[in-house]
Amino acid sequence: MRLVVVGHGPAAHRLVEALRERDTAGAWTVTVIGEEPRTAYDRVALTTHLEGADLAYPPHGDEVEVATGERAVAIDRAARTVTTSAGRVVPYDALVLATGSSPFVPPVEGKDLPGVFVYRTIDDLDAIRAYADGRTTGAVVGGGLLGLEAARAIQGLGLRSGVVEVAPWLMPRQLDEGGGAMLRRHIEGLGMAVHAGTPMARLEAGDDGAVARIVLADGNAVDAEVVVFSAGIRPRDELARGCGLPVGERGGIVVDETCRTEDPAIWAIGECALVGGMVYGLVGPCFSMAEVVADRLLHEHFPEASTAVFEGADLSTKLKLMGVDVASFGDPFAGPETGALGVTYTDPVAGVYKKLVVSDDARTLLGGVLVGDAESYGTLRAYVGGNLPGAPEQMLFGGTEAAGGDLPGATVICSCNNVSAQTIRTAIAGESLTDVPGVKACTKAGTSCGSCVPLVKRILDAELTAAGIEVSKALCEHFAYSRAELFDIVRVRRITSFTQLVEEHGTGRGCDICKPAVASILASLGNGHILAGEQAALQDTNDHFLANLQKNGTYSVVPRVPGGEITPERLIVIGEVARDFGLYTKITGGQRIDLFGARVEQLPEIWRRLVDAGFESGHAYGKALRTVKSCVGSTWCRYGVQDSVAMAIRLELRYRGLRAPHKLKSAVSGCARECAEAQSKDFGVIATENGWNLYLAGNGGMRPRHADLFATDLTDDELITYIDRFLMFYIRTADRLQRTASWLEALDGGLGYLREVIVDDRLGICAELDAAMERHVAAYSDEWRDTLEDPDRLRRFVSFVNAPGTPDPSIEFEVEREQIRPLLPIRPVTGAVSR
Amino acid sequence: MTAPAAERSAPAAPGAAVRWTDVCAAGDLIPERGVCALVGGEQVAVFLTHDGDLHALENLDPFSGAHVLSRGILGTRGGVPTVASPMYKHVFDLRTGRCLDDPSASVRTFPARLHRGRVEVGR
Ligand SMILES: Cc1cc2nc3c(=O)[nH]c(=O)nc-3n(C[C@H](O)[C@H](O)[C@H](O)COP(=O)(O)OP(=O)(O)OC[C@H]3O[C@@H](n4cnc5c(N)ncnc54)[C@H](O)[C@@H]3O)c2cc1C
Ligand code: SF4
Repeated sequence: MRLVVVGHGPAAHRLVEALRERDTAGAWTVTVIGEEPRTAYDRVALTTHLEGADLAYPPHGDEVEVATGERAVAIDRAARTVTTSAGRVVPYDALVLATGSSPFVPPVEGKDLPGVFVYRTIDDLDAIRAYADGRTTGAVVGGGLLGLEAARAIQGLGLRSGVVEVAPWLMPRQLDEGGGAMLRRHIEGLGMAVHAGTPMARLEAGDDGAVARIVLADGNAVDAEVVVFSAGIRPRDELARGCGLPVGERGGIVVDETCRTEDPAIWAIGECALVGGMVYGLVGPCFSMAEVVADRLLHEHFPEASTAVFEGADLSTKLKLMGVDVASFGDPFAGPETGALGVTYTDPVAGVYKKLVVSDDARTLLGGVLVGDAESYGTLRAYVGGNLPGAPEQMLFGGTEAAGGDLPGATVICSCNNVSAQTIRTAIAGESLTDVPGVKACTKAGTSCGSCVPLVKRILDAELTAAGIEVSKALCEHFAYSRAELFDIVRVRRITSFTQLVEEHGTGRGCDICKPAVASILASLGNGHILAGEQAALQDTNDHFLANLQKNGTYSVVPRVPGGEITPERLIVIGEVARDFGLYTKITGGQRIDLFGARVEQLPEIWRRLVDAGFESGHAYGKALRTVKSCVGSTWCRYGVQDSVAMAIRLELRYRGLRAPHKLKSAVSGCARECAEAQSKDFGVIATENGWNLYLAGNGGMRPRHADLFATDLTDDELITYIDRFLMFYIRTADRLQRTASWLEALDGGLGYLREVIVDDRLGICAELDAAMERHVAAYSDEWRDTLEDPDRLRRFVSFVNAPGTPDPSIEFEVEREQIRPLLPIRPVTGAVSR
Repeated sequence: MTAPAAERSAPAAPGAAVRWTDVCAAGDLIPERGVCALVGGEQVAVFLTHDGDLHALENLDPFSGAHVLSRGILGTRGGVPTVASPMYKHVFDLRTGRCLDDPSASVRTFPARLHRGRVEVGR
């Protein structure tokens, strides 16, 4: 049996792959005729071609014949053959038309001028890029989803860009007026001009005969040497018309719910098909149609094959535009006449507009629009047509953290690939999947536009928790060990470099998780300066520049102020440095002073002044001891019973520079009144009449925890010995980024066991722990002083390697309350990758 | 990977004639770290991987709007050479600029090569 497929776009590719997978008996011989000069590629991601992305879909097997650069020009239904532009006549038993669509270019004067393009294929983009070189202005006709994407893309080619939209607001097919108005602000914020609500009159040429401007009906003109049409699509149904198959009034090859045309041997799928009176312009429905036809082709020979039909599709969409979150789902236009209610939320300052459309009892979600913050898109879309888990207004305020476990099984999670919650759950259980990449590979969910990935992750987490599966302790894909296990490997095998460790005990070349973790282990074991040799490449940017990265790419500087005690002279130095370098100053919670807004090339100059005045690095940038806070203690305070300041200074100087799995904080109070808040610290000390009480594993922050009382009435030396051992034991056994609080909570045997280890030496390791701390104390030297003395390391502190004196021009400030504050060029997308 | 480092270079965009800009000496690059260079007024992050490959990417982290990608940590993900933005830790494919954590995001790439002991970036 011979199957001929015309067109090699996403729909054709999916059809052939689905057939290859299911046609195990090899009933069909497949020939594909594609007009583009290349095989199928991911058109959804077309824009990334300009950034050098490789969009090609994986090739079919050798048994599939694929012709490129060859167009089908006629179908002879009686003879069952297709004639091609190469003059070939290809016979078929079944013919599938997957010819997609072409951009609609309105019949406007000047549309054929040089410089006018469409935005559909790789060749289109190459032509636009080549033509744009050396030109300065461009505009896109059409303010829909694709038009905005195209406008941003030509802006990326260095053109001043804008969009011309005849409707009164942008994305009129998806957004209501309020959403459109908010979107306009975002688009303009990205530096693109928006001309909405006025039809176009004509395109005008310049002196060189190429297009130079778009003239609007109101007489205004928009300068554009590059014009891209993105004003809708037209199904490519010319082959069907040519052989007498019915097509729709506005185009599209008429097919039934199995995607079959009037001629039982001919099918149509994808954007060229008119199914149920609709042409679908999104890839998800195109894939579904391909799947249906693959099954039908097999069904004729294997009656057990699925007889699924195409049931229409979800038209939810999300704009793929950097810096602007826009999404619409379900039916955002349902109005009061159908009994629907709209709930809207607008935050003009943050540029957020959200609207939910619900049934009149406010229980069923019908649709909605999100502009400026589309984080809840995946979750909300999944609820369309179903019962909302909460009041609509609660859902709008981000209370949409659906547990993943609660979603009904039939809910479509990935609408691009039509994957339901149930399919994902079955795959997780059946294939023992434990991570998102596994779920993606197995179900295809999240592999097209990616907007459902957070939801997939939540379903995965819910399933794993429900199944009682312990999530792997492996540090990352490069090491199958936990941090504590790696620590032992490094210690016992005396490993001195990341290269050695990853080659002997890992795979690949590391990542931003394992590299800093290994760097910290090497540093804790006393293997040299954190910026020496290969170690330099392991550190994250904070440790690399010995300063804290802030949101605009500048750094902050925190000199150490042991115990919070500082002389007036040194205070003045800090003030002078801040003034001379124009830094923002703020007192920290740890009794020190933070100086913000330094560019990398300023860091050495700033530190030269600070080091000359006797300051040292405060390690605010490192997973290391931060500060030992103190109250003023018995020297001044009427109630104090011990010199808390002296003890705090002694502790801070002892543990400064100690690298740990996470930051370490401490405090010393001079009496039980506890003014230094020692019980919220990793190790806290409170004076008693007879000595010191030691508290361990406290925490402020997100999950506050009161420290546990570990030992009472200790002498100075006992206190220090216990803290030494506590810290070294923690460093040796904790997980990556595990604070002492959660480490102690997870420690088998808890506080009692910790006492046995530290006080009774039950494991026989105290001598080792003591020796390790002695090595640390002896080896300490100030990282900033070392750096200033090393010309090689200093050379890193430039913004530009080829223009060392040039400051980064993208860093700008404004003034607020008499100090600087960062000015960010693009509204940042919030939310870090959590790993 | 067997070709000597001196002959390796990232591919140029097809069709376009490449103008090379001298950026620094080969020795100025630390393996598995980046530097930032100004190329025709644009900030370009240049990286040297541990096996000697050069990659050049737009320095702008699209998620934060800050020009910081050159200060990220290099590594691999499933064999793909990567850099992790130091800001919110999004990971980008060094070869294509695509964000592996958010397929809708990417940064531009530039051709880069070692030429007579110098590092050059093309446009
Ligand atoms: C810039 C851009 C961004 C997009 N973003 C999204 C998105 O975020 N989400 C989404 O869901 N969708 C998106 N889409 C739409 C999506 O790409 C289409 O829905 C999808 O490509 C349709 O697939 P298809 O195979 O039906 O048609 P097409 O991709 O158009 O493929 C048809 C192929 O057939 C060839 N052909 C036509 N006639 C003949 C002939 N007579 N002989 C031989 N070959 C022929 C064509 O040249 C073409 O290669 C986007 C589209 C573009 C252009
Ligand atoms: S903790 Fe005690 S010693 Fe310290 S300041 Fe408060 S009252 Fe005074």
